[in-house]
Amino acid sequence: MLSMRSAPAGVGLDSNAKRQNSMKVLVTVKRVLDYNVKVRVKADRSDVDLANVKMALNPFCEIAVEEAVRLKEAGVATEVIVVSIGPKAVQEQIRTALALGADRGIHIETENSPESLSVAKLLAKIVADEQPGLVILGKQAIDSDNNQTGPMLAALTGLSQGTFASEVKIEGDEALVTREVDGGLQTLGLKLPAIVTTDLRLNEPRYASLPNIMKAKKKPMEVKTPADLGVELRAHTELLGVEPPAERKGGIKVSSVAELVEKLKNEAKVI
Amino acid sequence: MATLIIAEHDNSILKPATLNTVAAAVAIGGDVALLVVGEGCQAVADQAAQVAGVSKVLLADNAAYGHQLAENVAPLVAELAKTAGFDYVLAPATTTGKNLLPRVAALLDVGQLSDIVSVESADTFKRPIYAGNAIATVKSLDAIKVITVRGTAFDPVAAEGGSASIEAVTAVHDAALSRFVGEEVAKSDRPELTAARVIISGGRGMGNGENFALLEKVADKLGAAVGASRAAVDAGFVPNDMQVGQTGKIVAPELYIAVGISGAIQHLAGMKDSKVIVAINKDEEAPIFQVADYGLVADLFDAVPELEAKL
Ligand SMILES: Cc1cc2nc3c(=O)[nH]c(=O)nc-3n(C[C@H](O)[C@H](O)[C@H](O)COP(=O)(O)OP(=O)(O)OC[C@H]3O[C@@H](n4cnc5c(N)ncnc54)[C@H](O)[C@@H]3O)c2cc1C
Ligand SMILES: Nc1ncnc2c1ncn2[C@@H]1O[C@H](COP(=O)(O)O)[C@@H](O)[C@H]1O
Repeated sequence: MLSMRSAPAGVGLDSNAKRQNSMKVLVTVKRVLDYNVKVRVKADRSDVDLANVKMALNPFCEIAVEEAVRLKEAGVATEVIVVSIGPKAVQEQIRTALALGADRGIHIETENSPESLSVAKLLAKIVADEQPGLVILGKQAIDSDNNQTGPMLAALTGLSQGTFASEVKIEGDEALVTREVDGGLQTLGLKLPAIVTTDLRLNEPRYASLPNIMKAKKKPMEVKTPADLGVELRAHTELLGVEPPAERKGGIKVSSVAELVEKLKNEAKVI
Repeated sequence: MATLIIAEHDNSILKPATLNTVAAAVAIGGDVALLVVGEGCQAVADQAAQVAGVSKVLLADNAAYGHQLAENVAPLVAELAKTAGFDYVLAPATTTGKNLLPRVAALLDVGQLSDIVSVESADTFKRPIYAGNAIATVKSLDAIKVITVRGTAFDPVAAEGGSASIEAVTAVHDAALSRFVGEEVAKSDRPELTAARVIISGGRGMGNGENFALLEKVADKLGAAVGASRAAVDAGFVPNDMQVGQTGKIVAPELYIAVGISGAIQHLAGMKDSKVIVAINKDEEAPIFQVADYGLVADLFDAVPELEAKL
């Protein structure tokens, strides 16, 4: 049986109010280029050109924040902690998450945005310190398109994982997670604490209101370094270069369905 | 050199994505082993043993692996990689592979290369980043290389002709961290999106789910699969498994027909390697026309029925 996005989060609250009364939710946010921006490769082909490109919260992380805030509003979570890893600029995205309703922020300061395994190692330390009942990450960062960090964090912490979530329900000591998989939808029961990664349909994030943006400036934000957490980061890959994708040659406009069918048959020979 | 590939299957049938991944392993070189992990999946092992280029099939058949829960399968794969001396662990970049492999990589304390589209050398690969707007050449610095493979980038090896040995793997890992509750699997007589020769996809312009019947009629005539943009999925017109794009399925059919789809970069990321692209859109400025070989500016509610009639 499968119910989809029907019951509000917080169903089954009474059955295990104790755990839920003390459940912290940890969410992770990555600073990435705005999803509407089409990046270009640098002339020397060393990397993509991010100079003067609009940066934003990774869309999947925005959904993660929204889900955590809804769990708090439903009385399932008591506190929402937001973590971001990267240079000082990522504090902007932490503030955005605080304006959306997270309670406090943790910034782990690194020179660049580290690889997914390094991110997972740093997050594992935060999980050990904070003991959240649920960790929500984006399924994928839209810059690296890695789609790795959630399951890596689950491995390092020895916790259950529910990736590509389109619905999350906390019931007793379990998270019921409906996952968007290639064949359709799959629902898993995950022992809490659990690691969840978001898919696009999980929720529709709210906009931060001006008063909440002001309030967010006063919310606490801790800054730590990998050394503070006792984590030594190591490179697992080396970027040798970046090239633009093969461009498609511009095609033609056909004036009628008849012409289209004729071209597909006789020119392209695909039907 | 030896590569372990996680076979994609449903306990009865070996999925074609496995064959593309074997092709990537063959490009790397060395011995190729396929791991069939599941429950009651002997038939899959038998199919796997026929795959060209595979020298060994490892069969881990146990109730704990029935739904291929990552918590149970990842320790098995990590253990095999370490004890049996594999230099590469590969899986198709499907939702199954994307769910499992990073957990394996972290257990091995190595990074992962996601979605590779070419093998440059034993340690260097190409992969798309930024929704395919750039192709990165990346060198792995790890001893064991954990990689997911984009199926459309590698021509599948033959499903038959091989004669690999089948070896049982008896190790059982049951983490008892998660349980399978249920699934809603889309049933369709049409070809799978990622394997179809022709795809017709609909977007928000379709207006509602019922109107997808227009596309299905064309699909029936062309033997095509039916896909969708994220907007059509989000609007509830069609289920999520039909989504094509950066964060959905990556497809590269001979013919891709985009109907009522504007051509956002996230959608293009999933289909712009198609051989021939047709766009039907009433807005002549729609970005989809920039990648279309044949563009038809028309109202889809006129053009699609006419197309069906003319096929
Ligand atoms: C993180 C992230 C990931 C995403 N991943 C994906 C993804 O994987 N795949 C994906 O597709 N999208 C993805 N998106 C969404 C993407 O940005 C676009 O919003 C989406 O692709 C738009 O879908 P559409 O073209 O159907 O809708 P629209 O952009 O609304 O376009 C509808 C088109 O239909 C045309 N139309 C309307 N009526 C008619 C008619 N009667 N006849 C002919 N034409 C008509 C219009 O002219 C218009 O061009 C993602 C977005 C984000 C933020
Ligand atoms: N530098 C980072 N800081 C915080 N969270 C991150 C960072 N990198 C990745 N993540 C989280 O992991 C998710 C998946 O990223 P990835 O595995 O890199 O595609 C993102 O959506 C974030 O939630």
